[in-house]
Amino acid sequence: MKLSRIIANTGEWLSGAGPHDQIVVSSRVRLARNLKGKPFPGWAKKVERVAVLEEVRAAVEQLPEMEESFSEKLEDLSALEKQVLVERHLISREHAAKGAGSAVVMNTSQTLSFMINEEDHLRMQAIRAGLQLDEVYAMINQTDSELEDALDFAFHNDLGYLTACPTNVGTGMRASAMMHLPGLVMSEQVNKIINSVNKIGLAVRGLHGEGTEAMGNLFQVSNQTTLGETEEEIIGRLNKVIFQILEHEQNARQILLQQRAETLLDQIGRAYGILCHAHSITSKEALNLLSFIKMGVDLGLFPSNNRLHVDELFIETQPAHLQKGLQVAKLGAEERDSLRAALIRTKLKQMPEPEIGKIPTNGSPTTSTSSTSETSEES
Amino acid sequence: MFCDVCKSKEATVFLTQIVDGKMQKVNLCESCSKEKGVNDPTGFALADLLLGLGAAQEIDKNPAGNRCPVCGFSQADFKKTGRLGCSACYDAFAEGLSGMLKNMHRGSVHTGKVPAKLRAGRLRSKELVELQASLQKAVEEEHFEEAASIRDKIRTLEEEVRAEEAELIAIKERTSEVNRIAAPVASEASQDLSVPKPRKQP
Repeated sequence: MKLSRIIANTGEWLSGAGPHDQIVVSSRVRLARNLKGKPFPGWAKKVERVAVLEEVRAAVEQLPEMEESFSEKLEDLSALEKQVLVERHLISREHAAKGAGSAVVMNTSQTLSFMINEEDHLRMQAIRAGLQLDEVYAMINQTDSELEDALDFAFHNDLGYLTACPTNVGTGMRASAMMHLPGLVMSEQVNKIINSVNKIGLAVRGLHGEGTEAMGNLFQVSNQTTLGETEEEIIGRLNKVIFQILEHEQNARQILLQQRAETLLDQIGRAYGILCHAHSITSKEALNLLSFIKMGVDLGLFPSNNRLHVDELFIETQPAHLQKGLQVAKLGAEERDSLRAALIRTKLKQMPEPEIGKIPTNGSPTTSTSSTSETSEES
Repeated sequence: MFCDVCKSKEATVFLTQIVDGKMQKVNLCESCSKEKGVNDPTGFALADLLLGLGAAQEIDKNPAGNRCPVCGFSQADFKKTGRLGCSACYDAFAEGLSGMLKNMHRGSVHTGKVPAKLRAGRLRSKELVELQASLQKAVEEEHFEEAASIRDKIRTLEEEVRAEEAELIAIKERTSEVNRIAAPVASEASQDLSVPKPRKQP
């Protein structure tokens, strides 16, 4: 199957529905596995990497759940195609940088993807919409068990699954949820939350994982440790924390509505105004403004049938996605910015202005004027 | 004789250094020797020149070189990349890693999923360890009757392990044999044989 056919559709994790999907965008579980007795990709010679690639790719392709799938060596993908896959979270940035001896395999619904010879011989992930880490783990766990028949994974009696980096040893599992937290950002509580989550051995990161900025108020919450606990214990702990953050976000939004309704409406209104009328916009600005529109949909300011349009814009405005339909060579940043603005204008045309009356405020607008003036300097 | 560094000019400077009782020799041309600061003996380490900067200190610390016997990965490589070379590295560098893993993780022993192939063996080896411990205890406490029965249990277990291993090898041989013979037949047959789907119970 061709990549263009797969990426013509947005993945299930974006278009599908799941529990709490207003705030928890997606849930993902990744397992790292290596073959017994073979050097890890970073240390292996090219011939060794190619041999591992052949073996692993054949095993993955024969899985029953991969009957309808896309499978390609990274050297045969263009830079643009690789970037599209990164923007969809189907491969990592590190994997996209790999050349000969690496490959990617994924199913049509884009719920399962396999990176061959990234940092480890095999990294497989399952991803779905909303908060459903248990289901996602069950999915990838089954795939892993099926692969065991064909592949001999490196396993140590005390240390469990062995990985190139000692931070992944044990379960080799990284479970994560992508959360949209504009309420916590606006009320300046998010740093407090990040710090307390970090203290209990979980990590909060930006949009594209380690070392990336939090754009569009999107945060990834994941487990940091992989040894000493079962997969179920790790996911249980993570679930608990995610539920707490979810509650905090809901509370933060409530408090904003009660105490700073004007600020909130101002931010959403400005975001709508800029996005509807801009002729040049960077992806960072677009994401940050789209975040307010997304919250506006959650709060009932926009009709809920616009939700998918807005969610899709989060992905469609990313640099590689903007260019994927075009047959031209790489666009410059300025051309991309104007193309992005045009795309957003067209999509938001179908969306009516925010309905101020719909906002369920408790306090009268006058009580919030003081806080409005304080924060009016915010970008 | 050519210079060991540029390999193009005639060597005129001959250096001999003894580190930890080992003799190392380097031959250099005049310009390379100046570039490497050979005329300043205090700031010069032969090993640095031969093996790259900083290597001398590594070797000082690890006279044996401390490399993984399977893949040749060194501790210095690990320091540089933060990644290991192969699965055997975990045993080769176990000493240094154990402290690191303790700091990194919540525990030092894996308690999660085990590949199905290893599950039975893992349970049994755990049982064996426990039995051996209780045997020791029984002997120490001079409960010899109990010790004898534990010893018998251990023997049966060990025999089971051996039998199962042999069985496993036999199965592998048989399947590869069957695959070899059946491969061409199976590919033809698979087209005709449609497996009936199981019907749902009303």
